[in-house]
Amino acid sequence: MAIVEVRDLAKTYRVFQKKEGLFGAFRGLVRREYKEVNAVAGVSFSVEPGEIVGFLGPNGAGKTTTLKMLSGLIYPSHGSAEVLGHVPWERADAFRRKFALVMGQKNQLWWDLPAQDSFRLHREIYSIPPDVFDRTVGDLTEMFEVGSLLRQPVRELSLGERMKMELIASLLHQPQLLLLDEPTIGLDVVAQVTIQKCLREYNTSRGVTMLLTSHYMRDVEALCKRVLVITHGKLVYDGPLSGITEQFGRDKLVHLQFEADGVPTDIERYGAVFEREGPTVDLRVDRAKVAEVLAAVLDRHTVLDVSVQDPPLDQVIARVFEEGKARHAAANA
Amino acid sequence: MPPQTLELPVPTWQQSVGKYLKILRVSLIERLTYRADFFVSTFLRFLPLLTTFLLWEAVFASSGAKEISGFSHDQMLAYLLLVQISRMFSSMPGLASGISRDIRDGNLKKYLLQPIDMIAYLISYRGAHKIAYIATSAAPYGILFFFFRDKFNVMPDLTTWAAYLASLLMGFMVGFFFEAAVGMAGFWLLEVTSLLYIIHTLNFIISGHMFPLDLLNPALAGFLKLLPFQYLAYFPAMIFLGKIQGQELANGLAVEFAWAFGLFLTSRYLYRVGLRRYSAYGG
Repeated sequence: MAIVEVRDLAKTYRVFQKKEGLFGAFRGLVRREYKEVNAVAGVSFSVEPGEIVGFLGPNGAGKTTTLKMLSGLIYPSHGSAEVLGHVPWERADAFRRKFALVMGQKNQLWWDLPAQDSFRLHREIYSIPPDVFDRTVGDLTEMFEVGSLLRQPVRELSLGERMKMELIASLLHQPQLLLLDEPTIGLDVVAQVTIQKCLREYNTSRGVTMLLTSHYMRDVEALCKRVLVITHGKLVYDGPLSGITEQFGRDKLVHLQFEADGVPTDIERYGAVFEREGPTVDLRVDRAKVAEVLAAVLDRHTVLDVSVQDPPLDQVIARVFEEGKARHAAANA
Repeated sequence: MPPQTLELPVPTWQQSVGKYLKILRVSLIERLTYRADFFVSTFLRFLPLLTTFLLWEAVFASSGAKEISGFSHDQMLAYLLLVQISRMFSSMPGLASGISRDIRDGNLKKYLLQPIDMIAYLISYRGAHKIAYIATSAAPYGILFFFFRDKFNVMPDLTTWAAYLASLLMGFMVGFFFEAAVGMAGFWLLEVTSLLYIIHTLNFIISGHMFPLDLLNPALAGFLKLLPFQYLAYFPAMIFLGKIQGQELANGLAVEFAWAFGLFLTSRYLYRVGLRRYSAYGG
């Protein structure tokens, strides 16, 4: 049975339109104008137990709004959702005890106190039996390698250490579903990798389902087999990460290495130069024309090495985002 | 390790009540980490008291009156000391502004995501804050009262003591639920600072914190005694001084309880309506 089942979910916000200037500000006191914003415009998907699903989309695409609806913080304007057998926005106690939402930009730990004290508060909030609590804290601190930092005030921890503590705090009640909104935001690469590793480990050992949004392609690549791409509130892709390139990547990157000073001056005629470093050039070439272009180049120039690759995933996705934006603009024109 | 998620047992209501008591304990530990803040704020609280004392000394000296609105010189000073104790229980610094800030910044989320009720959590937290505050300021207040012991010419009997304590505890409730209800304004207003400023300034006078309500003209004093604010300062102090007794005392306590309960219902109602609005528009 699916752990998350979303059908045609939509959220429209009413946003207050502030008038320009002083006069406008005064007018705004009396009469307010609102604009309707379709943050999420009808998405449907389901998530099976144990999956890690990535949510990709540009800023304002509706990722966080969707997570908020799934965690019961806001009501949808339309559509339905069932999470862990509950309607999330009814906020049943039983539901709230089974999931956790971690937001990379918000902290829930007491700033001036050691993380341990915040953990103890969580023990009370979730009524976790002491023996279970001790065991869980032991396991988690070992896994995240922060055992020695438990007694340090949170404000004295590094950003990465703090994020680990945040994650531990959210896992204490052993949620079956973990919603992660930008869990690695602002972290250095080392900390990012450790957090990815821990999340993956936790997923395999506990079978916990995870849904995460991230701006870092690396997070998604490291964690998610399946991704949902959302732009302008609409789901444009739902499938394996690798499938994105097949579906949206119309170009290939042709990597050519010439002799020193051997780069043809008219290289542009074969395709757009994606990257150029000394005698090596990466050309962006339409998939259908790769063979043709290669033949032409090899025919006329001396090439030392050649390979054909997919463009980097984040570029493909950026392209998907841009197309979504163009389509949205066209639809609204 | 095989895949496993452990389903935690759903707590009984006794455990739920126990939960908030334990939160109180944990919060108490938190509050006690700010020891220095306590001592400084306790000391600073005595400063305005000193100026008020000097003012009343001057008023009595220059007017030559034995009594002002039924208060002798000694009783006036005793009253001013006693309202400090009332306010120790009933003042809720930062409660309303904290709630509205949580609403605006989205920190309200934690109460929606976790199996915890915001108002019940805040009252546990505030209770811990008060216990810590009262415990740490007992010594300086003890010294202050000892110093002015001759101003208290009659010590209250056991019944009065009991009524006094009850009025203080209910004063805590009245103060808490009033501030909580005001904090809920944050669901509708982006900025509540000026609203709170007006309320707190007014409160200083209409609660009797500044001077006994009886000094005002009888109509106004009568009106103010119909409002819940007198229970934050005036009412407990008057009980201790023995100026409210017998049936009047019993009625007063009953009305105070009604206010505490009414404000409890009001804050709950506003929270529920506010949450519905919050979930519909924001987040």
